Amino acid sequence: MLCVTNLKKYFNSLVVFDGFSLTVPRGSFTALVGPSGCGKSTFFDVLTGIVPKDGGDITWRGDAVPHLRGKAAYMQQKDLLLPWLSLIENALLPATIAGMTPYARAKARALFTRLGLSGFEEYIPGRVSGGMRQRCALVRTLMFEHELVLLDEPLSALDAITRRSLQSLLLLLQIEFGKTIVMITHDVEEALLLADEVLVLSRFPMSVRERYVPGTPKPRRGDDPELLRTKEQLFYGMEQEVVREAI
Amino acid sequence: MKRYNIIAAVMVVCILVFWETACRIFNIPDFILPVPSRIIQVAIRSAPILLPHAAVTALEIVLGIILALLIAVPLATFMFMHRSLERALSPFLVASQAIPVFALAPLLVIWLGYGIASKVLMAAIIIFFPITVSLLEGYKNCGHDYITLFVLMGSDFRKTWRLLYWPWALPFFFAGLKVGVAVATIGAVIGEWVGAQRGLGYIMIQANARLAVDMVFAAILWLSAMGLGMWAGIGYLERRVIDWQK
Repeated sequence: MLCVTNLKKYFNSLVVFDGFSLTVPRGSFTALVGPSGCGKSTFFDVLTGIVPKDGGDITWRGDAVPHLRGKAAYMQQKDLLLPWLSLIENALLPATIAGMTPYARAKARALFTRLGLSGFEEYIPGRVSGGMRQRCALVRTLMFEHELVLLDEPLSALDAITRRSLQSLLLLLQIEFGKTIVMITHDVEEALLLADEVLVLSRFPMSVRERYVPGTPKPRRGDDPELLRTKEQLFYGMEQEVVREAI
Repeated sequence: MKRYNIIAAVMVVCILVFWETACRIFNIPDFILPVPSRIIQVAIRSAPILLPHAAVTALEIVLGIILALLIAVPLATFMFMHRSLERALSPFLVASQAIPVFALAPLLVIWLGYGIASKVLMAAIIIFFPITVSLLEGYKNCGHDYITLFVLMGSDFRKTWRLLYWPWALPFFFAGLKVGVAVATIGAVIGEWVGAQRGLGYIMIQANARLAVDMVFAAILWLSAMGLGMWAGIGYLERRVIDWQK
């Protein structure tokens, strides 16, 4: 279980979060939804130790840790593939850095097949589509061998069709590979389709404004009436907050 | 033939025709400004004499490039690793280029002798600066998100350098190398002017003393051809190494 308790982060006079707490059960999929600038990405930066925290505790599987570096895989909005390496070499980067084993290459090839990238192993990123690049980034994330996966708007740069197909791959991460996932997204529908728990955040400072647990089992359908109703309800709440701030 | 090659060829032909015509119309003597046709004639006829000297100059430049690379790559890398080192060394780097090569040439000949070493060092002094500055800029240009990714993967500097910084900086490195190669001939030739028994610079000084201006131009022609050849060689290497940029 991932436990974040009373986490604090300030940038001079700006209070990004002051006492933010979160609990993520092992094997679950948690989505964080919130308006731009509410501190979602800073939260991940603090979790991964890229930005130091100003207070609070992080606990992973019962152990208090300063940050989750080396304990969590992190996938960002941009695929961050190295253009001079082939797709398979990009996917193998975590293994290359850790000291590659023949097992890693076999695992990467198996994942390429599983994620529909078979036959494109030796292509360079500049020669394939955005969706394929993102799938390759997903393989690289899986190569980390970490149970905890942090996803920072991993699909936001993609078109609607590619996005839909990759959403099912994100579910695969949880169900087939047993990952514990925390995902940041702007897309309320995406959160409701994929997550076991959706946390709607407000800003200045960042806090959980609303917590929602979808009742329907996964995989969920985008045209499910309950999902559509909840989407409207959550979106309306977010919209109202932005309007209140503007006034 | 590609469009830009045709434009370049037309420009060269136009300049040569204008030069040839002007010399003939104004009856300019050969010891002042020989006509291009004569220069080409001399360059071809004297090739058996000029080529061994061109080979010496080429060797000086190639060794100068190697020496410059041996200095520039570690220097730029260390300056990138330690920002305080960059701040401390930058004034010395600029100063090394502010001193005219002509001022250094006699000293280097006194210290290293009339042989090849003084010319190699002279070429290296000129070449290492653009390579160092370009490579350093290339390292600094590396995307922050990529660096973060490598930090999260637990990569140390050596691995990050090999897998990320160096490939990222390669286009910058080649840009600097091209500039360096283009000016490398200056160092070698000035070194030969000051004191040498071989090389195209030596030929130019000898021919100049005898007012054999056509021979001076022939040497310049071979020097230019050599510079172009090296530029093309670096360009070919760049395309092979950075083929992912296509």
